[in-house]
Amino acid sequence: MYKILKKRVLNPTVTLMDIEAPMVARKAEPGQFIILRTDEDGERIPLTIADYDREKGTVTIIFQIVGATTLRLNQLEEGDFIQDFVGPLGRPTHTEGLKKVAVVGGGVGCAIAYPVAKKLHEKGVEVHAIVGFRNKDLVILEDEFEAASSKLVLMTDDGSYGKKGLVTDALKELILSGEEYDEVITIGPLIMMKFVCALTKEYGIKTVASMNPIMVDGTGMCGGCRLTVGGKTKFACVDGPEFDGHEIDFDEAMARSITYKDFERHAYEETCNLFKMEVK
Amino acid sequence: MPNMSMVKNEMPSQEPDVRNKNFLEVALGYTEEQAISEAQRCLNCKHKPCVSGCPVQIDIPAFIQKVAEGEFEEAYKIISKSSSLPAVCGRVCPQETQCECKCVRGIKGEPVAIGRLERFVADYHNAHSTEKAEKPVSNGHKAAIIGSGPSGLACAGDLAKKGYDVTIFEALHLAGGVLVYGIPEFRLPKSIVQKEIDGLKDLGVKIETNMVIGKTVSIDELMDEFGFETVFIGSGAGLPRFMNIPGENLKGVYSANEFLTRINLMKAYKPDSTTPVQHGKKVVVVGGGNVAMDAARSAKRLGADVYIVYRRTEKELPARAEEVEHAKEEGINFCMLTNPIEINGKDGWVSNVHCQVMELSEPDESGRAKPVPKEGCTVDIETDCVIMSIGTSPNPLIKSTTEGLETQKWGGIIVDEETGLTSREGVYAGGDAVTGAATVILAMGAGKTAAKAMDEYMQSKANA
Repeated sequence: MYKILKKRVLNPTVTLMDIEAPMVARKAEPGQFIILRTDEDGERIPLTIADYDREKGTVTIIFQIVGATTLRLNQLEEGDFIQDFVGPLGRPTHTEGLKKVAVVGGGVGCAIAYPVAKKLHEKGVEVHAIVGFRNKDLVILEDEFEAASSKLVLMTDDGSYGKKGLVTDALKELILSGEEYDEVITIGPLIMMKFVCALTKEYGIKTVASMNPIMVDGTGMCGGCRLTVGGKTKFACVDGPEFDGHEIDFDEAMARSITYKDFERHAYEETCNLFKMEVK
Repeated sequence: MPNMSMVKNEMPSQEPDVRNKNFLEVALGYTEEQAISEAQRCLNCKHKPCVSGCPVQIDIPAFIQKVAEGEFEEAYKIISKSSSLPAVCGRVCPQETQCECKCVRGIKGEPVAIGRLERFVADYHNAHSTEKAEKPVSNGHKAAIIGSGPSGLACAGDLAKKGYDVTIFEALHLAGGVLVYGIPEFRLPKSIVQKEIDGLKDLGVKIETNMVIGKTVSIDELMDEFGFETVFIGSGAGLPRFMNIPGENLKGVYSANEFLTRINLMKAYKPDSTTPVQHGKKVVVVGGGNVAMDAARSAKRLGADVYIVYRRTEKELPARAEEVEHAKEEGINFCMLTNPIEINGKDGWVSNVHCQVMELSEPDESGRAKPVPKEGCTVDIETDCVIMSIGTSPNPLIKSTTEGLETQKWGGIIVDEETGLTSREGVYAGGDAVTGAATVILAMGAGKTAAKAMDEYMQSKANA
């Protein structure tokens, strides 16, 4: 059992938790992920590591409430326990030899982009952070990004905060203004990453995208997380989760990501009803 | 006077048309009377040919004599001298190619039902014994076991009985390995696996779940920082193979591992499960091994019309005859000499499998007749779910994080056959991680072999 030491609501649908998991914290690196089960009989879900503290033995996760399991997770409070918490899984973000990087995050993906930006910043890499949200209410980690970058561009779809527009607009503007990046690292919704990669391909800038497909075990056993990268089948859990963004078949990834959409919507509603009944 | 019936006492089983709609165990097990009657068929041969067919050399005639005398607990004691998992092996061992194929009674008629008797004895013990295994006195030496499948459990059990401080590290949230994620409930109830694991815990074995060796900790850390003198790698062959044909990544295409893991480990067959699995209407299972049969029979139980597609003929099916028989009884369709070459989809979901019709030619390196395409002959099978069951390879996680650990080109860990010793001092391996996908009993045997060598190694080091 793994204790929740801290819980912070970042916005109405996104929550941060520090989990006591010293064995995971020992080895965790930005870009890696964990798998958790909230309770016995729970589903296994992968979540990317948002931060870690080796001394305290904690791992930070940030999750959006999208389905039954994240809804259940969000019902837990500080001092409560999570049944299973395993990791760190996947390969860490490659940070060697980089001098200037644009980190492009979207929505809750910013939670994963942040530790990458932080690590690069700490290593003396010049980091430009471009983060996008649907609107002002959904903005997360603004101060953290501010501290981990030399330039922060915050975008909202509706212009209610920061600049109005998409992260691709901001990235294009920076590229056109003469900024030269060794690499672009992008983490967020598949559709956003697809367009970021299309843009950088145009300008010939190497781009890494962090994938978060459906998984069961996270150790290479089920193959449910497979993607086509450069015409070859890869497992996100052991070969990734980061891949060359110009080689990923995003359309296939998007199709696969909604395999259980109906099941999940149903499970989410059932769980909601359950909680409503408990409240009554 | 021996029972001279030419045929085995029949195994009471659920009716095919009933069991193909539920996940309860198919075979129900002998009654005491049936077990005694079957045991009386054994001629108690002096030269014990059956024992030579058993990978762990259980003294088969001796335990069967005890069954014939109604001394079931005594029979159990004899089996457990050689086997760590009798309730499991009695159910999943391919006895027809091991002990039973050597049985003298099999020359004219059917061999003695050794597997069914083993199962009976183990189940009798589990149901009646209140005796808790006594925790042996600790000898202070620490051994780590990676993986809680059959090889790891056997290795852990033997070492614990000798007084070693044994810790099993399991990557998943539940111990049992392939016994819990792979083999379905209807063939091996999970409560039986749990009973075996509880028995190990009584012996003092510690089980650490959620520990991915190679990620959470490495083998070097286990030995250098955590004080384990020896390590046994029993990480299995968990990496699923795909055919690398177009359309394999369409929605509705599973590896057998994923399909079975969702159903077995994650209980997706239960209506209230939080883990989804597709309930296909018409399911195509590609492959002909035991895993293919398990996947097909599971899909059937979820309500599908199921087709097994295999590129050779029924004669070459690698699955146990009994499994094929059960599958047929349950209404699974077999499409032989058929090989998928493309999977087509509609709206991102699989819609049909385009197959090449095959014919058999000369035997290949494996000794089996080689299937070759029949010119100009293809067939399309409509489907909404495809399960790829064409084999697995050893997981590379440990190899890639353990320096100096030598493996075969295909990933199997190289060991000394007599001891299970790898290219690293103090590190042993066995089971599917070494051999590639094989049987539970072979893995168990390898775990026992390694346990003996690990004991000798630690003792010689202690006495040096």
